[in-house]
Amino acid sequence: MTEPTVSLTHLLGLEGVSAADIQILLDTGFTFREVLDRPIKKVPTLSGINVVNLFFENSTRTRISFELAEKRLSADVTNFSVGGSSLDKGEGLKDTVLNIHAMKMDAVVMRHPVPGAAVQLSRFVDAVVINAGDGSHEHPTQALLDMLSLQERFGRLKGLKVGIIGDIAHSRVARSNIFGLLTMGAEVAVCGPGHLIPPQVEALGVSVVPDVDDLLGWADAVNVLRIQRERMGAGLIPSVREYRAGFGLTNERLARHKREIIILHPGPINRGVEIDSDVADSDQAIILDQVINGVAVRMSILYHLLGPRAAG
Amino acid sequence: MTQPRKVRLMDAGQMAETVQRLAAEIMARYPAGSDMGIIGIRTRGDHLSRRIAGIIRAELGSAVKLGTVDVTFHRDDFRTRLPSPQVGPSDIPFGVDDLPLVLVDDVLYTGRTVRAAINSIMDFGRPASIELAVLVDRGGRELPVQADYLGLAHAAAANEHIQVRLEEVDGSDEVLLLEYGG
Repeated sequence: MTEPTVSLTHLLGLEGVSAADIQILLDTGFTFREVLDRPIKKVPTLSGINVVNLFFENSTRTRISFELAEKRLSADVTNFSVGGSSLDKGEGLKDTVLNIHAMKMDAVVMRHPVPGAAVQLSRFVDAVVINAGDGSHEHPTQALLDMLSLQERFGRLKGLKVGIIGDIAHSRVARSNIFGLLTMGAEVAVCGPGHLIPPQVEALGVSVVPDVDDLLGWADAVNVLRIQRERMGAGLIPSVREYRAGFGLTNERLARHKREIIILHPGPINRGVEIDSDVADSDQAIILDQVINGVAVRMSILYHLLGPRAAG
Repeated sequence: MTQPRKVRLMDAGQMAETVQRLAAEIMARYPAGSDMGIIGIRTRGDHLSRRIAGIIRAELGSAVKLGTVDVTFHRDDFRTRLPSPQVGPSDIPFGVDDLPLVLVDDVLYTGRTVRAAINSIMDFGRPASIELAVLVDRGGRELPVQADYLGLAHAAAANEHIQVRLEEVDGSDEVLLLEYGG
């Protein structure tokens, strides 16, 4: 009866990560939920370990969630944020590597606008690299917290029917969720404006459901992606009203379906656009459970990646 | 690797007697009507604490509070230790503030696990006191920790291992002394 250890060195994405590793990260996530319910929500596990949060792109909740997870494990935390506009991408990453070497960091949590940036970083540093979102590539910790929330609610992931609504083509949340959920045996369907559904998505094992009402008739849970208003300028989403009419999770739309569908949203919410205010605040939305589960699952990831490796 | 030499230090009957005696000693200190809590250290201390609490409940008819603590996150050898039993949640379903507690574990060795358990419990509040009950004390302390309620003292050498087997997890009740060559 030895402790299950993950076979991962870094967490760069969920593509290719085994079901066994995902299950270990989720199981320990539930254990850390218990720690977060204690009067003193802190354990000394990562005492003396240095973690740097490198954010090359704006983030509030992911950065705070990681910071809380690190502090509740007693790690020494350094934050480093740069505005996206001041970034010279090629040089930026090289300097980052040199700095991490010089600072003797044990782990790097990085958000970066360039897809693959975390993978690239992991090739050159000794530290454990955790991807906190790299462009439109992956956001593995978000998908893990979504899966933890689904497992908490349903008691299982296998066979669960999960719909993802929104701009699938540009969403790292969608990509990581697709990889993770399919690995864990869930069924996944995506829904959104036709030009925002990647052409090859069905090859991943995902079905495309063009009509939101059809999706709601099928799904046990739906993950509602944030409409990135910055994409509207690029002409990808014509107007907020049009999007809401076609794909918004409105009260009227949900009322047409008898079953209670569980609703997830990675935040921040555009109330009245992709989801109505009443829906976001209803009991079937588990958006705030996702927030606490985000801290717990990030504690689990740090714990396993920085802990003892399996004897080899 | 050669098989270790095995000596049985306690059989099922002797273990039942020992657990009964530990429960009796705790009851002598905390008679009927006393408010107290028993907390087992995962995994085997947890099962022993259930047995002790069961005896006390049956004899005194009092509602002994029972909890369990997992010390993994409080260990001082996080990066160097060998893989240990799977970490599980601590479960202390009562307030520990101002409550006398008895911590239960199977084997007392270096004292580091007990230290971690004490720290872990302190995260839940400020108990009135914490005492320690163990089935076997094998000596070899590295911290100033001693048992208040002791089943069996057996000074074991460094190449010897005390293995407590419990019905709930191992299928039988016994304490074995395993002596490794060298």
